[in-house]
Amino acid sequence: MTPAQTLPMAAPDRWLIVLACVAILALATLPWLGSALIVDKLIYLFILVMFAVMWNLLAGYAGLVSVGQQAFIGLGGYALIRLVEAGLPPFPTIFLAALLTGIVAWAMSWFVLRMKAGEFAVATWVIAETIRSIVMFDPIVQGETGTSLLALNAYDPDLRRMVLYLLSLATMVVMVWGTWVLLQRRIGAESQAIRDDEDAAASIGISTFQVKQRIYIIASVGCALAGALWLASAITFQPRTSFGVQWSVFMLFMVLVGGIGTFIGPILGALLFFALQEIFGDFGAWYLAGIGIVAILFALYLPRGIVGLWLDNGRAEPLSLRKRLGV
Amino acid sequence: MTAALTLTDLVGRHGQLQAVKGISLTIAKNEVLAVIGANGAGKTTLMRMIAGLHPVAEGGILLHGAPVTRMPAHARVNAGIALSPEGRRLFGDMTVAENLMIAAENGRKGDWTLATVCDAFPQLTPLLGRLAGGLSGGQRQAVAIGRALIANPSVILLDEVSLGLSPAAVEGLYDSLAGLKGQVTLIVVEQDLTRAMGFASRLICIAEGELELDGTPDTLTRQQITDAYFGIHKAEEPQHA
Repeated sequence: MTPAQTLPMAAPDRWLIVLACVAILALATLPWLGSALIVDKLIYLFILVMFAVMWNLLAGYAGLVSVGQQAFIGLGGYALIRLVEAGLPPFPTIFLAALLTGIVAWAMSWFVLRMKAGEFAVATWVIAETIRSIVMFDPIVQGETGTSLLALNAYDPDLRRMVLYLLSLATMVVMVWGTWVLLQRRIGAESQAIRDDEDAAASIGISTFQVKQRIYIIASVGCALAGALWLASAITFQPRTSFGVQWSVFMLFMVLVGGIGTFIGPILGALLFFALQEIFGDFGAWYLAGIGIVAILFALYLPRGIVGLWLDNGRAEPLSLRKRLGV
Repeated sequence: MTAALTLTDLVGRHGQLQAVKGISLTIAKNEVLAVIGANGAGKTTLMRMIAGLHPVAEGGILLHGAPVTRMPAHARVNAGIALSPEGRRLFGDMTVAENLMIAAENGRKGDWTLATVCDAFPQLTPLLGRLAGGLSGGQRQAVAIGRALIANPSVILLDEVSLGLSPAAVEGLYDSLAGLKGQVTLIVVEQDLTRAMGFASRLICIAEGELELDGTPDTLTRQQITDAYFGIHKAEEPQHA
């Protein structure tokens, strides 16, 4: 079989990529110019983008609607605490912690991926809560109290912020770019086939379990990495926060509002969510109500998310992974 | 010559319900078999069991003499079984070309490629760039059959070929399917009796999960088939071809 030709990338997409590269370079120089507050906020933004992109990979491309990715966010942070406690250097250990969490994801995948959609969503949440309860038994976590990544205090605060900022920026870029490369490959098409119809995918020879398992582990390692970075910036590890279901709500919000199953959607969703938090975060409970209202408005009037603005006007989806097969 | 497919006392369940109650069947290489039966008779469950999408509770399946009973669905495609499922089940967010290509990449290598499938089903050619989700029933069925064919199977299962299609669309599909005779073993679930009798070289009728009738269109009468379809005259000895 001769491989079918894929069409060259559309011109607006090329510009978008150039623009993204310029933005990344500008962001990379920012810590030398911006204030500590801005740097801290941007670290959080980068972490939000990672969460959104990973959840979209899972739910938007492989159809695995998980409400339990906070298990890996929490475990990434917890593994970092434990490994640093054992004497490992904090910054490189962020990545080691994520990889170790991947082993847990691999073990879990054998159970959860055999379930149907609804059961899968509930099971992932229950398992996340179970893991949280177990982690709370750890003497250094001390139940609800939690613990801190004290080893980071050995570094000068400015240096620490700078290193963490650059690490987060680089991780985000690699994660976004890696997702793009992954979805361009065969596994990308196969996971979308599974999302569209799992039985049909199996009956044309796709090893559905294996594809779902790979995507699940990748998305979980990604969440663990973002979770470990978040912990390194927040320093305090509290099981209720790190394993909190609010992470799943955030991911859902960012991905649905941005445009599920699109490449650029979750990134736009993360930007919007970040902006909403910045602008309305001081309103306390009303802020949460506001987030809910925004979500409802999107569901009613823009179900395809921000990316839907392009699609509804008949324009091509930016950075689309679809319809690139030329015939 | 070993049979293409041998089913031995095959039992399939949906929870407590036994949908397929011990069906034994030997299908020769390149045979064209039509499966008829009322709704709920167990035809689709049988097809899904052969394809590996529904677990086999009891009994066994041999493909060209080799057991495939416990083989997962995706591995059966590489062993040579392809299913065009009931309801077409296309990947709606992909184009027709992508639907076919992803099946080609995961299937076996052979004479069937995007080009030869489009030769056999000319109605596909103008649709290649369209999203599968937006096609008509007949178009979807053609894509589904093409998607099964492009995996280069030795046994092809077509579930409910003409269900919900216009007579013209059915006519076009069967014209194309006739070209496959002699190249692959074809098992076709078909509700239209006249169509089934005209197309197949052998005909079986399933009622309430059991094999009621097995014969060739020449030897079976419409009355026999109708009786078997409704599960009446069970005592009567079915005619064997």
